[in-house]
Amino acid sequence: MTLIDLANPTRFLALTARVLPWLAAATVILLTVGLYQSAYAPDDYQQGATVKIMFIHVPNAWLSMFVWGVMSIASLGTLVWRHPLADVAAKAAAPIGAAFTFLALLTGSLWGRPMWGTYWEWDARLTSVLILFLMYLGLMALWRAVDDPSRAARAAAVLTLVGAINLPIIKFSVDWWNTLHQPASVMRMGGSTLDKSFLIPLLVMAVAFTLLFVTLHLAAMRNEILRRRVRSLQMMQASRVAFSSDVGGGSNASKEVGAA
Amino acid sequence: MTMSLGPYASFIVMSYAAAAIVVAILIGWIVLDYRNQTRRLRDLERSGITRRSGRSAMDTPRTIT
Repeated sequence: MTLIDLANPTRFLALTARVLPWLAAATVILLTVGLYQSAYAPDDYQQGATVKIMFIHVPNAWLSMFVWGVMSIASLGTLVWRHPLADVAAKAAAPIGAAFTFLALLTGSLWGRPMWGTYWEWDARLTSVLILFLMYLGLMALWRAVDDPSRAARAAAVLTLVGAINLPIIKFSVDWWNTLHQPASVMRMGGSTLDKSFLIPLLVMAVAFTLLFVTLHLAAMRNEILRRRVRSLQMMQASRVAFSSDVGGGSNASKEVGAA
Repeated sequence: MTMSLGPYASFIVMSYAAAAIVVAILIGWIVLDYRNQTRRLRDLERSGITRRSGRSAMDTPRTIT
């Protein structure tokens, strides 16, 4: 099966019906393993037990950027390749990405209070992630503001691609500016600086949350396809009502002309 | 092996609880939205509105080729 085959929404619905139960099961299993490993990971010599917050903060922070990346590729699909499901993918991903970004900000804040002594600091990393969260909300508002999904898709795609400029800013903000946020410790030149006892639960949780995103995204895309079918059937219903009232109105008019 | 969360237990518990609540809301929203859309499609088809292809809006092909 190619990407072109999936351009048919009916085929896509068939695929999601097959794949979703397996994805959901894999997500539950991996999340269970990840949570167990996180719970029994040793305390960090500096952070103590608060290092456990990292096992949910870091996957959510990764996903906040990953989801925008997925939306950017989908936006290219809308503008360049005109793939029929590209804007469905972009629209369905936005609320999920917003939720992950919100969790990244919230859990980071809850980690910051005991470790930094403050819930919030206007440094480059935190501020750029907050901007990402606001962009997710703006994009969701744009989709809701325009009734016709195909018209909204182009504007949303342009906005998404412009917003993608923020991704390298978030990633390299800790290198470019002097920030309170620590520099990269997993994805960095020279390998991870984390001990295996922290790295393994972190990676398991990251894969589990990524699977959670894929599962939720496919389900949300299925909902969006159904929503568009509802919309087109409602438009057909409305046009039938308008047509029948026109015919009815026309016959009344002819009667009136005849009477005159 | 027992789990000790130390003096900042409330921050750790709040983080995990917030993640659980947000993920539960996401799952709940998607499940309810699916039920809502399928119900609306069924209602429309029951009132005689069908797709131009004549197929049910909830139809999926049996094989993917």
